[in-house]
Amino acid sequence: MTNGWTDVANADVVLVMGGNPAENHPVGFRFVMEAKRQRKAKIVCVDPRFTRTAAVSDCYVPIRSGTDIAFLGGLIHYAVTNNKYQRKYVIEHTNASFLIAEGFGFADGHFSGWEKDHYDKSSWQYELDGNGYAKTDATLEHPRCVFQLMKAHYARYTPEKVAEVCGCTPEEFLKAAEMITVAAAENKSGTVLYALGWTHHSFAVQLIHAAAMVQLLMGNIGMPGGGVNAQRGHANIQGSTDMGAWNMLPGYLKIPRASQTTLAEYLKVNTPKALQAKSLNYWGNTPKFMTSLLKAYYGKKAQRENDYGYGWLPKIEDKGDHSWGAFFDDMHQGKLEGLISFGMNPVANGPNTHKMLTALSKLKWMIVAENFETETAAFWNAKTLAAKDYPEALSAEQIQTEVFLLPAANFAEKDGAFVNSSRWLQWKEIATDPPGEAMRDQEIIARLFLEIRRLYEKDGGKGREPLLNMSWDYALPHKPLLSEVAKEVNGVDLTTLKQVNGFGELKDDGTTACGNWVYSGCWTEAGNQMSRRGQEDPTGLGLYPKWSWSWPANRRILYNRASADENGQPWDKTRAPLIWDGERWRGDTPDYKADAAPGTLPAFIMLPEGVARLFAPDLVEGPFPEHYEPAESPVSNPLHPDVSANPLLKTYSSEGAKFGQAKDFPYVAITYRLTEHFHYWTKHTSSSSELQSNFFVEVPAELAAEKGIANGDRVRVSSARGQLEGPALVTKRLRTLKVKGQKTYHVGLPIHWGYVGKVTGPLINNLTPSAYDPNSGTPEYKGFLVNLEKIS
Amino acid sequence: MSKNSSRRDFITRSAATGASTAATLTGAPAENASAAHIAPLKTANTTKYTSICPYCAVGCSVNIHTLGDKARNVRSAIVHIEGDPESPINRGTLCPKGASLEEFVQSDRRLTKVRYRAPGAREWTDLSWEEAFGKMAARIKASRDAGFEEKDAEGRTVNRLENVAMIGGCTDTNEINYLLGKFRFGLGILAYENQSRL
Amino acid sequence: MIVAKLIDTTLCIGCKACEVACQEWNDQEYTLGTFNGSYQTMPDLAHNFWNLIRFNEVERNGAQSWVMSKYQCMHCAEAGCIAACPAPGAITQMANGTVDFVHENCIGCGYCITGCPFDVPRLSPATKKVYKCSLCSDRTAVGLEPACIKTCPTNCLTFGERDELLRSAEIRTRELKADGHAQAGIYNPAGVGGTNVIYVLNDATQPEQYGLPKDPEIPWTVRLWKGPLKALGAMVFMGSILGAFFHYVIFGPQDPEKHGHPEEEPTHEA
Repeated sequence: MTNGWTDVANADVVLVMGGNPAENHPVGFRFVMEAKRQRKAKIVCVDPRFTRTAAVSDCYVPIRSGTDIAFLGGLIHYAVTNNKYQRKYVIEHTNASFLIAEGFGFADGHFSGWEKDHYDKSSWQYELDGNGYAKTDATLEHPRCVFQLMKAHYARYTPEKVAEVCGCTPEEFLKAAEMITVAAAENKSGTVLYALGWTHHSFAVQLIHAAAMVQLLMGNIGMPGGGVNAQRGHANIQGSTDMGAWNMLPGYLKIPRASQTTLAEYLKVNTPKALQAKSLNYWGNTPKFMTSLLKAYYGKKAQRENDYGYGWLPKIEDKGDHSWGAFFDDMHQGKLEGLISFGMNPVANGPNTHKMLTALSKLKWMIVAENFETETAAFWNAKTLAAKDYPEALSAEQIQTEVFLLPAANFAEKDGAFVNSSRWLQWKEIATDPPGEAMRDQEIIARLFLEIRRLYEKDGGKGREPLLNMSWDYALPHKPLLSEVAKEVNGVDLTTLKQVNGFGELKDDGTTACGNWVYSGCWTEAGNQMSRRGQEDPTGLGLYPKWSWSWPANRRILYNRASADENGQPWDKTRAPLIWDGERWRGDTPDYKADAAPGTLPAFIMLPEGVARLFAPDLVEGPFPEHYEPAESPVSNPLHPDVSANPLLKTYSSEGAKFGQAKDFPYVAITYRLTEHFHYWTKHTSSSSELQSNFFVEVPAELAAEKGIANGDRVRVSSARGQLEGPALVTKRLRTLKVKGQKTYHVGLPIHWGYVGKVTGPLINNLTPSAYDPNSGTPEYKGFLVNLEKIS
Repeated sequence: MSKNSSRRDFITRSAATGASTAATLTGAPAENASAAHIAPLKTANTTKYTSICPYCAVGCSVNIHTLGDKARNVRSAIVHIEGDPESPINRGTLCPKGASLEEFVQSDRRLTKVRYRAPGAREWTDLSWEEAFGKMAARIKASRDAGFEEKDAEGRTVNRLENVAMIGGCTDTNEINYLLGKFRFGLGILAYENQSRL
Repeated sequence: MIVAKLIDTTLCIGCKACEVACQEWNDQEYTLGTFNGSYQTMPDLAHNFWNLIRFNEVERNGAQSWVMSKYQCMHCAEAGCIAACPAPGAITQMANGTVDFVHENCIGCGYCITGCPFDVPRLSPATKKVYKCSLCSDRTAVGLEPACIKTCPTNCLTFGERDELLRSAEIRTRELKADGHAQAGIYNPAGVGGTNVIYVLNDATQPEQYGLPKDPEIPWTVRLWKGPLKALGAMVFMGSILGAFFHYVIFGPQDPEKHGHPEEEPTHEA
């Protein structure tokens, strides 16, 4: 979230799209209801299903799964052509005025520079002046300025075209557009709440970019009650991501590439240069963050002479790809020997379960640390536990994978910090001990790591230096205290041995160590900031600066400088997170230099441009979001039928293409959570299972009537990957949509069951495709094709 | 039989203690003699710990009420988990998943021993932690010795291990994620995913 | 001081947190059910399930609408269950208005079930005693809110002094009318002397859409029994002479139009 849960109460309009917070984040949704009740905010819900969120909305628009970019593109078109955008904000705070090089364009589904399987992005670049700064036209009239190019790009996205693609009516779209663009007024703000309904598409990042564009046009970024807000689905998915538990180092520092053979080369490639004369370009500090991380990782072994141990970090091949789809495909091809899983369940939550099962059976060994036995831990027994779903699976005797299932502690048995969607780091206490022989994860990790190191020290082996030089100097090396780890993460001044107060104190000369620069400030000499319980709310906006600690720098609203005008005064006097008092910024931690007068720097200090990007040349399939169809679609793209799906869609299909056609699989399937359950966990508890004990398939009433399916009848849902069975829940809440003139039905599949639990049911990922977003590597769990039959 | 009925039937008149403290908001049932049937509060005499709900990322604070003082021979038991009213996020409220946390923590399905499945086996067997650490470290070392690349085809130092993958972290704290990061980069593992893209 | 629950159905998102909080606090045994074609947890209340959110898909002015509404003991001012109960001290109305069952005195006759115009109490087949919401009398006794109220994320549920809640219900109703819900209103039926569970409805002309009986009344048979026949009340344990009468009370025909038994209303979503 750019803003936070409590801030949602400040909104005048709430666009809920690609998410269903009333069901999946009910407690977060209380702030939506508060905005509705106290501020008379309008809630606009855009969703293929009439959900519990839709039930309390002021405007509900059903759209076909995967057509959100068309809808948002329509909003951009509507805003720009009806003069419903905040012009002053757009000029001051976005790259609308930046000029783009000659030759940029879009035609027949491709942007300029398309070369069979990739883009040559040379025509997507800013036109630079002699100093290397971008040229601008503040009148927004230049035909090659971003604003004009954007206007031209979305000219095709008329209300009628939106309706044709999305399946709603033009009137429904216009009603929503009118409500949403109320926020274009300087003193109004609107928020966007989204979740996996946006990220689970093969154009996910473009979709979120489209939302950011809408919010920038409305002047909503940085505003209280504004922002683009991801409602994250796991307690610490934010922290895990911040900590680099994917293709990153901690603090969003990139993992080095093989060609970056020295620290200097790495820093040269990864430290951006300012694109405006006054741009603060905060990432210019990358050398300080990286050097401090290396000092935290390699301790005294990290010295200037050895590049602070940079050489010991693993390097990715320049075109290497280690995203989910890539390495499970490698596993499926038998290229991997082992998998270590801490609290994840790929058989249940990865796309295409059949592929997951086969992939795991090719491993030599697998280690799983869990609270409960999971489908993944018991994958070798799938044929027995779910014979009907996996008739072709290997039997246990045929599977040679050795499996270690480790009993791990759960949240109440460990301390440490979770980071919520609002970026608040909240510390928790140990309430009790793990049951039986279950062990705290820090002890499992430490003992395994130290045992491996012992073997290398004793017997030698490959890569000893990177392994043995990783610092592990904890007071209790076999079970490090998480408080000690948290202090390492915060960072320390190695000359004074005092905790640093924040990343502003980090240095690139090896005199500071910091495990994650974005968390610097979370545990200072003043103690653990994450366990603070202060109730003060000086701005009156629900920012609670002394409750826990928020990254970065305890800032509660990102880009908050943009909530104030050119004089540093709030666009809305009644909602002021930040005010320039003539000497300093007052309020929230400024996303700006605290003592820099309003005009001295542009507002978006993290970006080299100094302003936000309407035009984003760093994305792989285009600088503007364009509607592409999902990998499987009931229609060809109404905008450009010959380039229907994302031209850079990733598939990783060592199991064969496995994509279906509309003639065989005519219905659009969507997958989702229910409020009653949490992911694949609560099927282990009776209390949640009581609320919804059974898997079901939601079927539109009109389709059910066509097929003679009554409520409760058993149905079979099949895709090109597999099939499942369950009872039908027949409902009018899944409306029949008219797409390109043809009737389109959705089939709804709640995700929470599997073959291990107090209650069991089919895994919906039996059906989902191995199709991925090229920017993020996220699988397309929503908007794929299925068939539906009644089982007689 | 409902657990409730037995509890409420068993403990009856002792409840007057609770009732006599009747508070402002709730209309003082002690005014009425019949309040004697009221059961004692199950969180009486518990210790309260502050925690955060492990489910979604709204970040609701919870109070965990435990019995037992953590003395040497005491393993504290969780009696009840409820929303923390001090949190500006949830102000004491919880969703249906959060409201069921007590059962989740103390579930009879929790794993309490290391389980091991040998190649080709049809069943789990138990393993001690010592055996498990020994075997796991040996497997990891064998795969690493087979797959570790100090230099790539062009002779550049890459120090990477591509035949082992890791997943997870999203369910655990920052500090665990940081330790997993050191574990991973120490071994040279590049293939690593959490739930953020799923 | 009389306490009450205010249920503002316009703020309910059907999250069922109140259901779980009730189950957990009261240490109920959980039931893993079969699919009943609905988002609703179970078709009706049970002896071990005292608080149910009903889901009802309806069309209003041609638009899709999904009504969610909480169903539990109403803690009536003139409680039909108390009027019907023959066992001394088995049902008590506390000074704060809470209607609570004292199970050691309950004889399991089930008359309270008939006496309740809202069809709330349920007989446990195992203990042969009757159960329902106690308004968490153990919590309210020490100044805590009932479990369902405390957990409610959207402030749909409020607990407090009855008169104050009625005032805020009126304010809320005015707000809703101003927002275009002309039929908004309060549900606080007079037939049972008012209830200590008060509802705000977007459309108070159709309480049935929320699973609430339009004009609930204590059955005349029960009124008769506690009125002219009151003197005979003490004889009930032995009284075979009254057997036929009570058979009628328990199993006799009830007019769903008149008494509006919620279970007979089409409250489930399709």
